[in-house]
Order: sequence, then structure tokens, then C-alpha cells
Amino acid sequence: MTALNVSVPPGTRPRDRRVKTNVKRSLGYFALIVFALIFIGPFILQVATSFKTDPDASNNPLSLIPHPATISAWRQVFGIGAAGASTDFPRWFFNSVLVSTCITIGRVFLDSLAGYSLARLRFPGRRVVFGLVLGTLAVPGVVLLIPRFLMLKQLGLFNSYPGMILPIAVDATGIFLMRQFFLQVPEALEEAGKVDGASIWQVYWRVVLPVVRPGLITLTILSFQGSWNEFQFFQISTISPKYYTLTTGLANLVGGGLSAGNQYPLKLAAAALTIIPVALMFFKLQKYLVRGGMSGSVKG
Amino acid sequence: MATFAGGERAPATPVLVSPAGAERAVELSAKSRKVKRGTLHKGEGLFGWLFVSPALLVLLLFLIIPIILAIYISFTDWSGLTSPLSGSVHYVGLKNYRSVLTTPGLYQQDFGTAVRNNLYFVLFTVPMQTVLALGLAVLVNSKILKARGFFRTAFYFPSVTSSIAITVVFMFLFQGGGVVDRLLSYVGIQGPNWLIDQRGVFTLILNALGVNSPGWANHTVLGLSLWNWLAGPSLGMCVIIILLTWTTSGTFMLFFLAALQSISEDIDEASAIDGATPWQRFRKVTVPMLRPALVLVLTLGFISTWQVFDQIFLVGPGNITTITPAYFSYQVSFQDSAFGIGSAVAFLLFAFIVFLTMVQRRFVKEDLTK
Repeated sequence: MTALNVSVPPGTRPRDRRVKTNVKRSLGYFALIVFALIFIGPFILQVATSFKTDPDASNNPLSLIPHPATISAWRQVFGIGAAGASTDFPRWFFNSVLVSTCITIGRVFLDSLAGYSLARLRFPGRRVVFGLVLGTLAVPGVVLLIPRFLMLKQLGLFNSYPGMILPIAVDATGIFLMRQFFLQVPEALEEAGKVDGASIWQVYWRVVLPVVRPGLITLTILSFQGSWNEFQFFQISTISPKYYTLTTGLANLVGGGLSAGNQYPLKLAAAALTIIPVALMFFKLQKYLVRGGMSGSVKG
Repeated sequence: MATFAGGERAPATPVLVSPAGAERAVELSAKSRKVKRGTLHKGEGLFGWLFVSPALLVLLLFLIIPIILAIYISFTDWSGLTSPLSGSVHYVGLKNYRSVLTTPGLYQQDFGTAVRNNLYFVLFTVPMQTVLALGLAVLVNSKILKARGFFRTAFYFPSVTSSIAITVVFMFLFQGGGVVDRLLSYVGIQGPNWLIDQRGVFTLILNALGVNSPGWANHTVLGLSLWNWLAGPSLGMCVIIILLTWTTSGTFMLFFLAALQSISEDIDEASAIDGATPWQRFRKVTVPMLRPALVLVLTLGFISTWQVFDQIFLVGPGNITTITPAYFSYQVSFQDSAFGIGSAVAFLLFAFIVFLTMVQRRFVKEDLTK
């Protein structure tokens, strides 16, 4: 029984011990439930409010039951009925899907190529390149806003899809992550391939890559989550509403921040739409996220 | 099949969590490399560069070169309209740096305010997120409780969601007369209009004690009076402190959880049999063994809290007591077209964060060699 693990001063009677364990257990559950409410409660209120009318949302913010219940916010989010340029949610959703997919493909393909090269292939200048990659890990994203804007302007990519995708289609964290995975592949595996006369590319593509599948899945999830949630970079790389993603669109809809009270059902429904895809992925593939989330990517 | 064997065996990425594992991996590969030496595969040099160059090109083009360009911009008066390399951009020396650091004026005052805001933000958020993360990890790790997986998921969930979406939810919760104010009213407290309230928490406490801006506090530093420096986080900033604590503690909980699970039960049981109380065991056994994770969480916390941006983007425009240097840099550049000043602020911040990162690497390394 688990109760055996609990410390007791020698000589305590077993019944006291059991009572003590029960008290401890109830306290533990109490704390867990209180914290779970604090961590999940806001999301529940968010969903409840998205089915309320505007007056109901501001008069009864705490109520979990919409009265009257309406799906008008969600109709608008799905583009049914009136939608102006400032609330073109289907377009934002499309942009988010498009941009995140491209960035994810770019990262998975290019990061793993570079990671393999740095882990296994001996080429002149490898140490310098690796040092460079490690160095860029320390560069904080907020410092890159002006430099990247500047470069996009200079290259004529500002306010375009390529401009939103290319600059973040490679990330140093991903290269580093993949390098770690490749380092753990037994070299004998590649040797066998080489003996068979396969080229380096064939060995990489057919032999090594399938072995690091867990790494590729981790990188895919992290990249998708990262680019789906990305805000700063999209905010500085575009200016037209037609390039709004869910994050930049939502941020600009909420705007100056304090158009308090009005349209909260709509804003919260749009926020829910932003959260749901990542949430689904999270519940399905949590173990990969947990593993990858600790590899240094901490949300600011 | 080889795929499955690899899939099962591949351990969790040992990047930060178990640096010892990473070292072992490096060692192993070094060893096998030695054996292999002499049988250098033909074309390895060529393929090495071929494989790494696309990624390297992107990093050079959109990370390294832009940073160098932006350092140059911080010494000019570029307005963001023309090409930064065109003739209409003038070199202005250290003027941009001076106007935020030494020249009295609006820029200096805003920068001073941003630094103060961020200082309080760090001072409150880092300890809170660390303690909360540790507490949650201990709870989720305790063997006598069931459904721990469910709770771990619940606590980690806010960490993976969009910061913008979550900030919108928090703005709803903390709006004047909103959810939080309703809850407060149940215990007889009249809640403020959190997001736009600029009053500092320390000022409110001192006012309640009858202290109000004594003479010595009029001395100014970075364009801000001492009284303002001592104001504490504003009520608006408190919301962001709570928000960040809430979204980051789930991730940090995982760091502690990994460390807790590596503490062998033998040690814990041995100390229990020796008659140590649970609290003694926590203090004398668990905490020392958590030290590496603790150092990591604290230093990552200190670094990331200077980079908060998304949340400020939504709340900041309505409340100057919530802006941070990162947001200020964005604001003066993209809204006031003063890119020179914005770049100067960005590089001051950059230098500071690099300094923090170096301190972190030293700390973490020291910890490993112990």
C-alpha cells in the first residue's frame, strides 16, 4: 500500500498513521483541485462567454450558463453573416494554417539537414558553423524585430507571404535539437549503408532519418505550435489586413487594448479558435511536447 | 523494424534537462569517430556544406546580417521609410543612446518608466513562478495522489497556448466590473479597473500609512523621480505579473518534475527511516537535489522576463505603467518612426540579456562540475 511510504516517528500507532495519510491525501487533492480550477477555469469561462450576448457577458461575467444562449459570435467567427475586413476570421484562419504549415515544413526539413551535417559530416569550417548556431540561440526574439523589418524592406519581401515565412523557416533551437538526436544514432548503421555503396544523401534519407522519427515528430509539433502562436514577427513583417493571422488579427481587433466591455463574446470566440488547434494537438501528442518543451524553449 | 527499435530507445532530448546525458552522447560519438578516422567517406566535405548551407543562409540573411545592420541604424536617424542604406540617412553618433539615457526629455522619461516597470515585473514574476512551479511539481509528484497525469496536463496547458489569445481572456477577467472584481466584491472589496489603473502597489500602501511623496523622493534618476521609482508595480502591471506566472509555471513545473523523478526513492526512504520529518526531508534532501533545476529555472526566468512583449502589446497602449523596454523599442520605431532610438533601446536590452545569458551559463556549468 502506498501508505507505507509515509514517514512516522517510531512507535506511532497504525491507526494514527492511517488518519494522518488520509488527512494528507485530502489536503493534497484539495490543493490540486484549487490549482486546476485556477489553471483551467479561465478557459471554461471563455467558452461559456463566447455563447453569451454582449449585455449578458458584461452583466453576468461570472455565470457559466449563457442566458440567453446565442451562437452569433461563433457564426461570425466562421464567416457566416456579416464580416468586415477587421473581422475576417476565415481569412485569418487560412493565413495561420498556410504560414504555419510552410514554416513547419521548412524547419523540419532544413533543421534536420543542418543538424545531421553538424552531428555527423566532417567538413571544413564545421566548428565555426556550429559556434554560430549556438550563438544565435542566445539572441532574444524581441531584439530581432527592427533588424528583421529592415532586412525585409531591403529585400522587397515586406508585407508578403514569403516575407512572413522565410525568415523563421529555420531556427537554431531546432538545429540543435536534431543534432542531439542524430548524435544518438549508432554509427554502425550508416557504415552499413555506405558499404552498400549508397551516397551520403541516400544514407541520410533512407537509413538515418527513419531512425530519428521521434525527433522529427517533436520538431514538427514544436514548430507548428511556435509558428501558430507567433505574433511579434508577423506584426512587423506585414501591414495589410489581408495578411492577418489569427494572432495579429485578434491583437489588432482588441487594439489599443481597452475598448472595454464590448464584443467580448466575439473576441473570446476568436481567441478560442486560436487556442483550439494547438489544444487538440496538445492532448493527442502531449508526450512529444513535454519532451521538446523542456529543450529550452520557454515562452516569454 | 529498425524504426521501432530507434523509436523506443531514443531517450528524451538531453539538451537542458539532463546535460550529463548530452555529454555522454558527445563522448560516445567522439569515441566512435576515433575508430572511424582514416576511413573518411568521399564527398563528406561537400555534402556537409550542402546540408548545412540552406539553414546557414537563412540564419545569416535574417538574423546575423540584420543585427549588424541594426547596430548601424542605432547610430543614425533612419525613419523607416527609405532604404536604410540610402543617402537620406544621417550618422548621428551616440545621440540616440544619449536621448534615452542622459538627455532629459520624453524619451528618457519613457525609457526610465519602462525600465522601472520591467524591474518590478521581474522582481515579482520570477520568485512567484519558481515557487508555484516547484509547489505544483511536488504535488503532482506525490505518490499518494491519483489522477496526477490529468493535473499535470491541466497545469501545463496554459503554457502551450497562444499568448495573444490568453491575454484577451485575461483582459476579459480583469476588466472593470469583470470576473475578478465580482469575486472581490463577495469578500467586500471594491475592485479597481485593473488594466488602466496606474497607481503603484507600494504607493498605495505608503499612502494608506500616511506617507505621501516626501521631499527627498523628488530627486530624479533616468527622468523619473525616486518616488516614482519606488511606486512598485502598478495594478495594471500586477495583472501581467499574474498572467505570466500563470502561463510559465506549467513549463517550469516540468523541469522540477524531471528533477524530482530522478531523486531515488531509496534516499527518500532512508531519510524517513532515520526519523526525519517530511519538512526536514523536503529541506535537507529534496531541495539540495533540486538545485540544478532550480538554478536553471531561475536563470531562464530572469532572461525571459526581460523579453515580455505580446501581453504588453495588448495592454500597454492604454497604460504607460505596463510598458517594458522591449515594447518601448517597438513603439518608438513602428509608431513614431524613430528607428534609431528604437534600435538603440533594442541593443541596450540585447547587451543586458547577453550578459544575463553569460551569467546563466557560468552558473549552470558550475553546477554541473560540482
